[in-house]
Amino acid sequence: MKPLSILFCGSIAGFLIFAVRSAGHIAPSPRAAAVLNTEEQIHVAVKRVDDWFRDHWTEAGIKPAGRVDDLTLLRRLSLALHGTIPSLEEIRSFTSDTSKHRIARWLSKMLEDQRFADYFSERLVRPLVGIDKGPFIVFRRDRLTDWLAEQIVKDRPWSQIVNRLIAGNGLWTQDGHSNFITSALLVNQGIDENRLTGKTLRSFLGQRIDCAQCHDHFFAEWKQTDFQGLAAFYGQAKVTAGGVIDREIEGGQPLVYEVVVPGSKDGRVVEPAVPFHPEWLSDKGSRRDQLASWVTHSNNRRFRRAAANRIWGLMFGQAWHEPVDDLPNPGDKQGLLDILAGEFRDHNDSLKFLIRLIARSDTFALRSDVPHVADETYGKMEEHWAVFPLVRLRPEQVIGSMFQAGSILTIDQNSHVFTRFARFTSENEFLQQYGEVPKDELLRQTGTIPQALLRMNGRFTRDLSKTELLSSPALILSYSGSSKSIVENSFLTCLTRYPTAEELKEFVRRMAGATVADNGDQEENQKSSMEDLFWVLFNAPEFSWNH
Amino acid sequence: MPSVPETISRRHLLHTMSALGLTLSMPAMSTQAAARRRTERPKSVITLWMGGGISQLESWDPHPGTPSSDDLRAINTSVEGLRISEFLPQMADQMHRTTVIRSLTSEEGDHERGTFFVKTGYRLDPTLTYPALGAIAASELPDPTVEIPQHICLGTDQFWPQGGYLGNEWDAFRILDPGHSQMNLKSAVTDARLASRMHGLDILSRVFRHGRPAAESSTLHEKTTQDALRMMSSEQLRAFELSDEPILVRAAYGDSRFGRGCLIARRLVETGVRAVEVSLDGFDTHVANLSGHQSQLAMLDPAFATLLQDLANRDLLDSTVVLCIGEFGRTPQINPASGRDHWPVWFSCVVAGGGFRAGHVVGATPGEIPDRRRPGRPKPRPSDPVTVPQLYATILKTMGIQWDKEIMTPSGRPTSFTKSEPLASLLGDG
Repeated sequence: MKPLSILFCGSIAGFLIFAVRSAGHIAPSPRAAAVLNTEEQIHVAVKRVDDWFRDHWTEAGIKPAGRVDDLTLLRRLSLALHGTIPSLEEIRSFTSDTSKHRIARWLSKMLEDQRFADYFSERLVRPLVGIDKGPFIVFRRDRLTDWLAEQIVKDRPWSQIVNRLIAGNGLWTQDGHSNFITSALLVNQGIDENRLTGKTLRSFLGQRIDCAQCHDHFFAEWKQTDFQGLAAFYGQAKVTAGGVIDREIEGGQPLVYEVVVPGSKDGRVVEPAVPFHPEWLSDKGSRRDQLASWVTHSNNRRFRRAAANRIWGLMFGQAWHEPVDDLPNPGDKQGLLDILAGEFRDHNDSLKFLIRLIARSDTFALRSDVPHVADETYGKMEEHWAVFPLVRLRPEQVIGSMFQAGSILTIDQNSHVFTRFARFTSENEFLQQYGEVPKDELLRQTGTIPQALLRMNGRFTRDLSKTELLSSPALILSYSGSSKSIVENSFLTCLTRYPTAEELKEFVRRMAGATVADNGDQEENQKSSMEDLFWVLFNAPEFSWNH
Repeated sequence: MPSVPETISRRHLLHTMSALGLTLSMPAMSTQAAARRRTERPKSVITLWMGGGISQLESWDPHPGTPSSDDLRAINTSVEGLRISEFLPQMADQMHRTTVIRSLTSEEGDHERGTFFVKTGYRLDPTLTYPALGAIAASELPDPTVEIPQHICLGTDQFWPQGGYLGNEWDAFRILDPGHSQMNLKSAVTDARLASRMHGLDILSRVFRHGRPAAESSTLHEKTTQDALRMMSSEQLRAFELSDEPILVRAAYGDSRFGRGCLIARRLVETGVRAVEVSLDGFDTHVANLSGHQSQLAMLDPAFATLLQDLANRDLLDSTVVLCIGEFGRTPQINPASGRDHWPVWFSCVVAGGGFRAGHVVGATPGEIPDRRRPGRPKPRPSDPVTVPQLYATILKTMGIQWDKEIMTPSGRPTSFTKSEPLASLLGDG
């Protein structure tokens, strides 16, 4: 072995001893960002949300579930913001922080981590451009995702981000935002204005009026002419060799948006129009600039209610109002979405502020289990968000968590390139077998047989539970010291919690039994027991579900 | 090292599970499904999916000697007056078992949108995911004696059929490389060790269930784990294997992924599986259309023809609808790269068995190249046009499923399996 490799292994092992044995007080990680000076503002905003829920539960005659422990809260935050469970390294660092403000401190730290920007941008991009490959050459999903991640890092206001998506010009390779427009390019037909209009209304305003493309909405007041008037704002957008532009004149003639009625030969020119509050339209810029100004106008409650509902959905795995993009019209009564939307607007449309607000609310910290209540009572509590909802993890959260559990150290942008590459390639294979989530990623999902088979027999479970090299099962086995520590560290690594007394008793018995077994090699028996333990933890319901 | 078993011993597994007090419901395997024939047998459907959009001109609707032809010959078939592409010589002998629809119509010329439309009978709706035909068939005609999934997709279909609003449990179970890959169906450890793992899992499941029994149950996590275990130990898994098929039979289907898929599809249907899709990708021939189709059809022809012959020989064709279809057809004109582009205006499909008429042709298409540049000129149309929803209503009807059954989706939106009526003229009794 080369000296460098020895040094590398030595330093890993040295850390591991700390990670699996550490019990004393350790100073908080220097990577943790200081709690921002908006603390007081967040406190006030959180109180508004908590007060609303208190009144809501009182009115419904419901007592909410109790507060969850901090480790479970850490897991929820890590899954929502980074897409994986926390590493044992992070758990040890977190439990060493004895401050009563440690959740707030870790929340800030997580939001400053590049993993947050990368993961959240991926989740926000899906409703914008779907999951298919999109148009050849002119659509670059990776550029759009990277661009969005940059905006998130800068905490650029959501209204400005959306403004760029709707109205921005540029080349799909250099100006990532332009891929929102190019994603709607049809072969030989130009931009599909209807598709962009539907996405704009669903993603940014929480309104499903796609049916109004062909007829008046059956249940709401949206008319077909409303849809057509909105689509006309995209009627001058063009994808050229130089990128996305707006063109007012084409072939010496003003470029108009025409609608062809089935059965007729000629088109009807439709002028851009909005269904309500035309005074919000800017009188400057291109048609798309005008549409963007209307969508993101500071008085447009739909815009911020839609953002609040989606971010709520990304944090809980379940939107406050379902479907996530089909909100009722704003009313006179202040609902939860109005409170969140108001705070969002008052804090510069900051996504990070909105996330902090939701993550620090009492509701986010509710337990998901309520012992000794009837199913009917539990169901009513679920209905009123008086328990944390049980939500299936997304496929990339599952494989991301399995990969993280296979390593003691945190897998992030600082991880070894081989680690990241292995995760990337495995993730693609896993997703293919696990089944991709449809575009509407906040639909409630159940487990499936292929997923169960993949967890039980797939190579990922096999590989990541192996006691080889620097895998977490091998390191935990080598450095934990006692059967009890082995079991506890394994539970922390995979489930972010300590085992119950019953679990501890059973698995300690198994580990201890392996060391005294007289049938063959004790070391092999121990390894088998360890792999079995990780198999059980990977297959446990709580590994694949947020709770 | 523990030995790796080929399959789990059903008896051993039951014994160890019962010793551990685990509740695994495993009904006795029935051979009835495999034994039943003809009308006493519930119907199944096999879809041969021509991914990328098969050209009607190079397959079921050639127009030799016309401007849209590409030096392709048409050959006679077992149906008088019906001529098909020279690339399908074996199918030519089987056409008396089929109905050829040459006048399918669609308005979706994009792969994803076209695929969604043809697989569900509904245009892509961002607000509701409609179920694929196979998911409807499997959910409406469940067979409790079948221990493997009732809806299966064989091959690497990018847009594999899903359960949509019916739920994830009706998504097709996918075998990416039929005959070669078992898709995680085998345990990597001994039966005893698996039973021990399941015991440990049972403890954790119980702990998790505590305080949230109904919510935990609604996740189907434990149910799917049990179903997976039941499947792993099922004798019916043999339907996925080809080792007991005679070499001549395997050769007749063709040793391609698609050929193996068609043979496994027959075995699955024989076992009682309700819906199977076998996909053959590679028809998106924007470049070198003729040679591209020649190589694709060299896989389709023996597999499809042998499948029909095999089903007929086993008295299974009357109870099995076989549908060969893609997301759209290809343009009558040939582009500068000697390819054909997307053409949903008319395209062909072939349907056989399950009560469909035999030796029948529906619709006719023009041989000239439509001039799309002249505005005001009426759009070209085929005669006797058939829509995909009409075709699906007909398939559902012949399978004994109420095609217009009203469904309330999980989001509370009323809809129905199809909004079209069956075409009696397509059915044998029509």
